[in-house]
Amino acid sequence: MSLIASNLSIKHEKNFHLNDVSFSMSKGEIYTIIGRTLAGKTTLLKTIAGLISPDSGGLTFDGHDFGSIPVWKREIAMVYQQFINYPHLTVYQNVAFPLKQRGIQKTEIHRRVIAALSQVGLEGFGDRKIQALSGGQQQRVALARSLVKEAKIVLLDEPLVNLDYKLREQLREEFRGIFDTKASEDSILIYSSTDPVEAMQLGGQILVMDEGRVIQQASAKEIYENPISTKVSQITNDPAMNLFDGRIEDGCIVLSPEIKFDLPSHFNGLPQGDFTFGLRAAAISLDDNGFPFSVELSEISGSETFLHVRHEGLKIVGLLNLVQNFSVGGKVSVRFDTKHLYAFAPDGHLKSSPYGGLQ
Amino acid sequence: MSLFYSTLKYLAVTLWSMFVIAPFLWALTTSFKDFQSVTSGATYIPWVDFEPTLDGWRSLFKSPAQGGIAIVEPFFNSVIVTAAGSGISIILGTLAAYSLSRFTFRVGPIRNGDITFFFISQRIMPPVVLSIPFFIMLGKLGLLDTLFGLVLVYVVLLMPIAVWIMVDFFNKVPLEIDETALIDGCNPYQAFFKVVLPNSVPGIIVAGMFCMIFGWTDFFFAFILTFTEVQLLPVAIVALNSSITPWWSLSAAALVSVAPLVVVAFVVERYLSKGNLSGALK
Repeated sequence: MSLIASNLSIKHEKNFHLNDVSFSMSKGEIYTIIGRTLAGKTTLLKTIAGLISPDSGGLTFDGHDFGSIPVWKREIAMVYQQFINYPHLTVYQNVAFPLKQRGIQKTEIHRRVIAALSQVGLEGFGDRKIQALSGGQQQRVALARSLVKEAKIVLLDEPLVNLDYKLREQLREEFRGIFDTKASEDSILIYSSTDPVEAMQLGGQILVMDEGRVIQQASAKEIYENPISTKVSQITNDPAMNLFDGRIEDGCIVLSPEIKFDLPSHFNGLPQGDFTFGLRAAAISLDDNGFPFSVELSEISGSETFLHVRHEGLKIVGLLNLVQNFSVGGKVSVRFDTKHLYAFAPDGHLKSSPYGGLQ
Repeated sequence: MSLFYSTLKYLAVTLWSMFVIAPFLWALTTSFKDFQSVTSGATYIPWVDFEPTLDGWRSLFKSPAQGGIAIVEPFFNSVIVTAAGSGISIILGTLAAYSLSRFTFRVGPIRNGDITFFFISQRIMPPVVLSIPFFIMLGKLGLLDTLFGLVLVYVVLLMPIAVWIMVDFFNKVPLEIDETALIDGCNPYQAFFKVVLPNSVPGIIVAGMFCMIFGWTDFFFAFILTFTEVQLLPVAIVALNSSITPWWSLSAAALVSVAPLVVVAFVVERYLSKGNLSGALK
């Protein structure tokens, strides 16, 4: 069973909402669509659901033309980023709704609703009104309604984005458990997110979207190790990968007259010339023998510190262990861990990665 | 300071309550008076200031020939016209509002907003402008001085109110609710009737209340478009106004005419207090 999209395009006036999108998805897999806001993630999910018709291109599911099947006859489920439920119904009635629509027997509906509520941790909440639930509980109801259908395709459109941090972390863990169970069965799970951490944690296959295009589709590991372009590297890293223009000349990488370092071994095949180099924030550290930078901003995030530093036109962000205090304008010595350096061509395409991706 | 503001608040509420309740009290006491009590100066307390009588209330059930105003038939005429006019307006208005909220209409330069304004614009025109075409059209259809003719006119007058309120209401209902219903197996009609409509009850109640108030209190069209066969309550009450106005009958009739609206207000207020009109959608 597979869902195949061929050259899907949706254009509104001069802007493409989807631009020649093609992919293939198989059952039992989790697919995460990652992209910035307005990248086309929701449009793609709604197109798969049948809520939006593409201007051109098509979708097939199990070899059948999906476009000719109306939304209400497609075996799909969808959870939105807003907590969308039926406010006039109780929790039980909400979860039972899609089953009633299918004309399933009452006893079977009861069995499946109770199972779904238990799966999302809402046992005993059946008689409650939706308005009486917290945001997290409301989203669990929406999730239960999507699970109870045992749909062939489950679409999750940034389902955690409107929850507070703690709840997001908790539900993300629970989602993984639920997905693992579901994914092993008969479904294709498609999850959209703007959060690279979320995408990487979910694992599975990742589709990176930008301006209506799928710019890379690969496993989470492959995307992490070999982002095919600077855009992918920016979208799939938080904080975004540091990018800086420089040159390779005489066996050295030259970023500025003062900042030069030896060519790492994985760059040996690269010719001399201009490149855009990329380095993740975690590969930046403080070292007395490093290059001089001045502190622009220091942000504490949990037990880590994001340090924004600058040397003339070169601005980078480092991720330092533990909470560390820096004064703005203060001087620090920064070391680049060149073992983790990426090289991109001036047009943005990956030329060399520390994980062997050389194009 | 807080005592000052608290006193000020209660003073304002008391004054406002007096302003609202005083006419009712005046009408209530007057309805139990007779010619003597009304013309002998200001009197307020029954059995102390004046001797109460049921003459005013009895006159509501007597024919004009017996010196009464026979309010029963006009009352039920008003109930029929208002209920039918409001009901049809709400049904048509809700459907029109839903389509204006959810679908995009383009006819030349005309867009959804223009169509909504077209509905409302009928309420902007002075009633007298509308009365002439209404009179001619109903005359040609043979519907002058009939309940059916009045219902048709009231639908035209009340539907803009329903459309106006319901378009605004539907615009606030997330489109994703409709989409979720489709995904859960409803066709577009089922999505509307099973999901959107039940969640629109608050809006429908508000729109219905406004339609009923406007319909029930209309005098102008009820006066212009009826003659002898059909009479609505406001016209029957105004007909009492003569050289010697029977204030006791007029007051009793006024209280009867306001009673249905008071009942509606109480029902809606009870519904509001249960929280059914707020927070329906999160």
